[in-house]
Amino acid sequence: MKTRILGWVALAAVAAAVYAALRVVPADLNQGDAQRIMYVHVASAWLGYLSFGVTALCGILWLWRRDLRFDSVAVAGAEIGVMFTAFAIWGGMMWGRPVWGVFWQWEDPRLTTTALLIALYVGYLLFRRLADDPERRATRAAIVGIVAAVDIPIVHFSVEWWRGLHQGATIGSPERILNPAAPAQFVATLVGMVIAFTLAWSYLMIRRYQLAQSELAREEAARIDRITGARTAEVAR
Amino acid sequence: MSELRREASLALAIARKDALAELRGRHAAVSTLFFAAVVLLLFGFALGPDAARLAAAAPGLLWLAVVFAGILAVNRLHLLETDDGALEQLALYPVARRAIYAGKAIGGFAVMLTLGLLVLGAVGILFAIDVVGALVPLVVTVVLGTAGIAAVGTFYAGVTVRLRAREVMLPLLMLPVLAPLLLAAVKATGAALAGDPFGELGAWLQLLAAFDVIMIVAGAATYGYLLEDG
Repeated sequence: MKTRILGWVALAAVAAAVYAALRVVPADLNQGDAQRIMYVHVASAWLGYLSFGVTALCGILWLWRRDLRFDSVAVAGAEIGVMFTAFAIWGGMMWGRPVWGVFWQWEDPRLTTTALLIALYVGYLLFRRLADDPERRATRAAIVGIVAAVDIPIVHFSVEWWRGLHQGATIGSPERILNPAAPAQFVATLVGMVIAFTLAWSYLMIRRYQLAQSELAREEAARIDRITGARTAEVAR
Repeated sequence: MSELRREASLALAIARKDALAELRGRHAAVSTLFFAAVVLLLFGFALGPDAARLAAAAPGLLWLAVVFAGILAVNRLHLLETDDGALEQLALYPVARRAIYAGKAIGGFAVMLTLGLLVLGAVGILFAIDVVGALVPLVVTVVLGTAGIAAVGTFYAGVTVRLRAREVMLPLLMLPVLAPLLLAAVKATGAALAGDPFGELGAWLQLLAAFDVIMIVAGAATYGYLLEDG
């Protein structure tokens, strides 16, 4: 029941924030309406990173505590993280086309880093599907998730260098909008959007966690069925 | 101290065994090398016969060929262990698991380094590049690059070795993680070949070395969990 209330609150918050971003806040002088994409784009990107952080953290906790609930949170983080990251890339491409003139800008370190991030975690999710034993799956997935998280800063750092050693930030990067010179209205809308998206993220995380727990319970029941079934067959013989 | 020495001697024994197996089962190593050569040829066809363009693309082609062939090599080195349940036997040895990781990684490194140097020579011949003129920085780059591929590859080969879809999953997991290494190695190779006009070679080699250290530590710290549950 509490989760359901959270869901409705999140939905209302996202609707309000989207309304504010589209209708209330004025368009950016240089970029026009395209700049409005930034609000959802930054919020999704932040949640992508948060999700992957949660996945890595839960991987460590599983290896330490051996409680499968951590593994359920980890899979929720990876799946929802891939979703938000894909949304962030899609928004970035929609923004890049009018502002940069191209969908894909190889020079932008964030874009290339994020694309690799998706590849890392899609790999993680595919890997999970292949293992059958829940505990073995949890252990291997935890290790893969931890190494992926370790790789993220190296990827970011190297791509940043690759673009040309010692260069300033990309034009139109979120930092410029978030800097103190940006109008307070823009900042307020962005903060509101981030809060609304984070609420929606919390709701999705809880639901996905519950689903993962049910899946585990079903696997366990099937396993017990197999064992007892085999035993009854033996007795009948 | 003696504990550490025991670990080192076990690691070296495993590495030696792997290197010997590679040497004696020559056809497998030769086929990996041949695969790298074919990849280089196909890249040449894909980019067209323009010599200047091929020479400009050579550092990237070199490292893609090494990475692709590396996938085959690390996969084979781990298959050696599962065929007769040898990995379980290794796990019974009363030493830290990181020694086993180190042994497999060093063995993989020896194989990869040989492969990398041979591919470097092939790139020099095929794409008409003066490899000898910048031999020292190029060899350093190949050493650091193949060490990273061996460190990451050994780890992921251990993760995927028991899966049915191993052939797909190994590159799928390994390649995105290797992206920063590929990038730094290509940049370092390009800088070395051009005589390092912007003085950036050192920075890229440092990045490669940092990648190697981080991945070796991560692999050594987590590899034990892979052996634990079979």
